[in-house]
Amino acid sequence: MNELFEVLFSINTLTATLRLATPIALAAMAGTVSERAGIINLGLEGKILGGAFAAAYASSLTGSPWLGLLAAVAAGMAMGGLLGLFAIRFRADHVVAGVGLNILMLGLTGLLMQVIWGTRGASPTVPALPTWSIPLLRDLPVLGPLLGSHTPLVYLMLLAAPLLWVWLFRSPAGLRVRMIGEHPEAAATVGIRVQRMQFRCLLLAGALAALGGAHLSLGHLSWFSANMSAGRGYMALAANIFGQWNPLGGALAAALFAFTDALQMRIQTLQIPWPTELVQMLPYGLTIAVVAGAVRRARPPAALGRHYGPDGEG
Amino acid sequence: MAVSPPEVHGPYAIQLRGIVKRFGPVLANDRIDLDVLPGEIHGLLGENGAGKSTLVRILFGLCPKDEGEIWVGGRPAEITGPAHAIRLGIGMVHQHFMLVDRLTVTENLIAGMEPIRRGLIDLKTARQQVEQVARQYGLAVDPDARVEELSVGEQQRVEILKALLREVRVLILDEPTAVLTPQEVDELFRVMRALKAQGKTLIFITHKLREIMAVTDRVTVLRNGRKVGTVRTAETTPEELAQMMVGRKVILRVGRSEGRPGPVRLEARGLRLAGRDGRLRLRDVSLQVRAGEILGVAGVEGNGQLELEDVVTGLRQPTAGQVWIDGRALWPGPASEPGPRRFRRLGGAHIPSDRSRRGLVPPWPVSRNAVLGRQREAPFARRGLLRFQPIRRHAEAIVERLQVRVPSLEAPAAALSGGNQQKLVVGRELAFEPQVVVAAQPTRGVDIGAIELIHQALLRMRAAGKAILLISAELDELLALSDRLVVLFEGAIVAEGRTEGFTEAELGLLMAGGAGRV
Repeated sequence: MNELFEVLFSINTLTATLRLATPIALAAMAGTVSERAGIINLGLEGKILGGAFAAAYASSLTGSPWLGLLAAVAAGMAMGGLLGLFAIRFRADHVVAGVGLNILMLGLTGLLMQVIWGTRGASPTVPALPTWSIPLLRDLPVLGPLLGSHTPLVYLMLLAAPLLWVWLFRSPAGLRVRMIGEHPEAAATVGIRVQRMQFRCLLLAGALAALGGAHLSLGHLSWFSANMSAGRGYMALAANIFGQWNPLGGALAAALFAFTDALQMRIQTLQIPWPTELVQMLPYGLTIAVVAGAVRRARPPAALGRHYGPDGEG
Repeated sequence: MAVSPPEVHGPYAIQLRGIVKRFGPVLANDRIDLDVLPGEIHGLLGENGAGKSTLVRILFGLCPKDEGEIWVGGRPAEITGPAHAIRLGIGMVHQHFMLVDRLTVTENLIAGMEPIRRGLIDLKTARQQVEQVARQYGLAVDPDARVEELSVGEQQRVEILKALLREVRVLILDEPTAVLTPQEVDELFRVMRALKAQGKTLIFITHKLREIMAVTDRVTVLRNGRKVGTVRTAETTPEELAQMMVGRKVILRVGRSEGRPGPVRLEARGLRLAGRDGRLRLRDVSLQVRAGEILGVAGVEGNGQLELEDVVTGLRQPTAGQVWIDGRALWPGPASEPGPRRFRRLGGAHIPSDRSRRGLVPPWPVSRNAVLGRQREAPFARRGLLRFQPIRRHAEAIVERLQVRVPSLEAPAAALSGGNQQKLVVGRELAFEPQVVVAAQPTRGVDIGAIELIHQALLRMRAAGKAILLISAELDELLALSDRLVVLFEGAIVAEGRTEGFTEAELGLLMAGGAGRV
């Protein structure tokens, strides 16, 4: 049993956790940014998928994974803009608009895969992001093997969480965003442009979530496959709630989900006679349990999901 | 529409000329002129729906005007939004505070004009700015408190500070007294006079004559979207203002004849109600209402009124205690019959405090709203189907008796003004010959004319030997109608007695948690 414990909590499991957490954490931060501004972001799943596709396609087209990242950002902002168009401009129900975006991206990526690669399952291999090995950091004990060499998106995620925290809780823009999510009319009366700010938050959120997707197709793997987001957008939303609409909390919650994912992979490689199906359910089961428990304590932004109009109607 | 330009712009702080605003077919503002002198407290008086709020929303840039001109400090201005209004030196204290509960006082105050140091908010400087302005105007607040921890009066102070921090010269106060206790109102008036002394111009909106008389220099009266006139406060009387407001003579206080209370009809014993967090919202509340008697329940909102209303109307089961109507038990009662249905079966009528959420189904036609709660009974239903002819006849009778102004019986209740909605609710509840009436905030947000009618309707019920429990935040109303009063504070009755035995000041003190007296 002790041996099992050592395997499960080895450095390998923890590095895998970091890798698996990256897309969920980036998308959770995307959720935080948009929900703090009052827009429910159920479209994270679609944005991850769209980002993964755009990254893989641009990388295969140009041969440069860096241009792939750029394409993911562009696609993410386009999807964020689309959500904004519906949820802000046309005052559509946020949940419906978000789910619509998810369905759209599932269909669109499937269609484009057929058109471009003539396949339903997975794209050919595309140039992936390099693994960076950071001098000095990689030589440290414990931290070295854990943090020393990863793809750039893992480092981006690790940097983005504290930076977004500072932005949200210490910068003027962050204060304005929080005010909008709590009481948009109050924000408007002190001269904050509510809808413009919300729109910008959605663009930023789109870019973040799409980068999470790019990590799937250019970092974790080196191809795009159908529905490769596999519910990570919903897990990200749960991580965001569990993390109390805080970028650091969201990233930590994402790490928790990722850890169970890493665990279940480990368990499968060990010769333990547990049914695979049940083991694979672990991260999803945990998501449900955590959300069911956390939702009771969580206090969402007061104006989350509400439409704001310049005349106060709605 | 040709508008004659004002003669002189110089001496005025604000001048509005020929302001027109339409909402669909409704003319909310019909060529309104307003002249505000610098350094005065200018009252804006009118019933609900007279166009006061629309007018100041236009002035503050919250709502675009259709026609007319605005002059600020002698210069024409096209105000594009609140930010622009603030730049022009106009601030506003909103009826529903524009504050974020979860943020601190300082964060609320500086949002939109944050002092910055190295790209981040300079909280130290921000706090100093807040403290400095608070000191200058004598408005003490804790800059680090979260807004949700503050009392309503303190929150209003923060709202005023928000405008002062932005160095406004003109401050609009939109129904600022509606949410305050009498003591807090006095404090607000003190602050208003202090601001005036420091050279600020104030526009004070209210529909309460007493407040206009107490604090303003001049008053402009609006009625049905039009300006009736501007008068000097010192040269007018409440009666004259009331007449300007309503357009006819109004009885400001309905007469209450000497009562002859009969046997007890509504009785509550030892009511306790625990909230979801386990805190007691009602603490051993006992009361009796006799036939032909109105018992008033006074208190600052949030001290158990809503819970009391819910329990005595059967909506919520008390944690402990009993409620009896004419000697029959409402609580405890069998789980098989919903409380509200039992309440009605025992002869109860309920005028709920929140008419749009509990009193009416706003999208439904007036006619169907007129039978809510009795829709199962003859003649409104037969063999499980509604019968529209009797329903309409019933609605017609109510509309006529209480002079409810409706476009048609089939118009949605939402299309009615607040006062007419309330008259519809009152008419419906009193139409079924109830024995016990629970009236909660029966005149909230209702114009003077409708108040008069509703008060008369309640007094008629009293004369007919019904028992009436009147829960109200309006002291004037309680004093005018009630035979006896109880005061609720933090869920407990802290005082009880005949209405004549209380002075207004005493009641204010009791409501604020001052010494109890039973």
